[in-house]
Amino acid sequence: MSVLDLDYMLGLVPILLSYLPLTLAMAAAGMVLALALACGLAVIRVLKIPGLNAATLLFISFFRGTPLLVQLFLFYYGLPQVLSFLTQIGGITATIMGLTLHFSAYMAESIRAAIVGVDRSQTEAALSIGMTNGQLMRRIVLPQATRVAVPTLMNYFIDMIKATSLAFTLGVTELMGATQKEAAGSFLYFEAFITVAVIYWGIVELLAWCQRRLEHRLNEAYRR
Amino acid sequence: MIKVHQLVKRFGDSTVLDGIDLEIERGEIIVVIGPSGTGKSTLLRCLNFLERPDAGRLTLGDLEVDVIRASRADILAARRRTAFVFQNYALFANKTALENIAEGLIVVNRWPREKAHARAREILERIGLADKADAYPASLSGGQQQRVGIGRAMAAQAEVILFDEPTSSLDPEWVEEVLGLMKQLAAERQTMLVVTHEMAFARDVADRVVFMEGGRIVEQGPPSRLFQAPEDPRTRDFLRKVLPDAPA
Repeated sequence: MSVLDLDYMLGLVPILLSYLPLTLAMAAAGMVLALALACGLAVIRVLKIPGLNAATLLFISFFRGTPLLVQLFLFYYGLPQVLSFLTQIGGITATIMGLTLHFSAYMAESIRAAIVGVDRSQTEAALSIGMTNGQLMRRIVLPQATRVAVPTLMNYFIDMIKATSLAFTLGVTELMGATQKEAAGSFLYFEAFITVAVIYWGIVELLAWCQRRLEHRLNEAYRR
Repeated sequence: MIKVHQLVKRFGDSTVLDGIDLEIERGEIIVVIGPSGTGKSTLLRCLNFLERPDAGRLTLGDLEVDVIRASRADILAARRRTAFVFQNYALFANKTALENIAEGLIVVNRWPREKAHARAREILERIGLADKADAYPASLSGGQQQRVGIGRAMAAQAEVILFDEPTSSLDPEWVEEVLGLMKQLAAERQTMLVVTHEMAFARDVADRVVFMEGGRIVEQGPPSRLFQAPEDPRTRDFLRKVLPDAPA
């Protein structure tokens, strides 16, 4: 017998890939919601809206200060005990919720830094030609902030895809959960986990390639 | 016609503008000179509300505002009647030379894109940068960037263009091309209020030179008079420092 059961691994690939859509769907939903929430939090921080600013700081502190796994268990196992209507929540919803809140806390800070980083004199120039605050944000500040924020936000997205594997601890059969089940059936743990590792790795490399292309396009205006 | 009446601006405890009165006729070119930190730039920034003045009245063409009571609409109206050229150019880094000039026409004046771009091309022609229409600011020299900055101000068709030390950040090799463009505008009788340390420009181009010190206008007059026979000892003092051949 060889060291690696290659036939088993090749046979496992299509089985595991059939769970990939769920993994990607959770990450995509988490990313869209986290981005929306993070933009809101960043604007609150930039404009220092009284009251909301303090609440935002507390939110960011908590969700950056505690492990994602603790947060997921808190939502899935903990909260339903105190809020009875949450018994309806499934593992997938709880995972998306956890990913959204956890990553929005990190993303809010990078978006805020990107907005603040846009050269102040361009803001004055936009005001001097009679733009309103909204026009200046939309046409001058946000496009430039996006360019600065994209690399970090893409990194968070990559992190988030890997973090969906924690959903299996809430009983969700996604990519990781499926691997676990297959391995338990065949006892070929090494083959199973090296296969799933390669699948995650491949997705992340694909995204990193997209990220480089996107950054190249966004940097067009800044090449000398 | 521009009228500034008893304009006051304070930063904390220090009074930076201490009751400025100034009138500018249409087509007049006024150069403001004076030591650093005497409120010259602040005066310009107050005229289009980049700084909020603490007291005074402004008349900008058909707009008359008491600065304390100026509403958001008044401030936007004031900004549409003045155009600003910045010391550090302040071009929009995410937009080409053409787009920098057309931006205000599209967003503020609500012109259709094609019309705004056509006007921006005319302006690029006039500032001698027709071949740089699609270049981004990062790829332009300092002198070219400042000419685009002036082009952006020209597009606004404001009552007055305010120049805030437009050549102070430039390497010496680019100063002449920017001053040249400003002279060209002066020859076309574009109303201009210029803060600068370029005394030769003041002497050759200005209709009137204003000397400021300590937040006040100390003295003003045609350059021939002010440079040859300054009346106030503070003016004489300043000119002695900046013009080696000034009368003692």
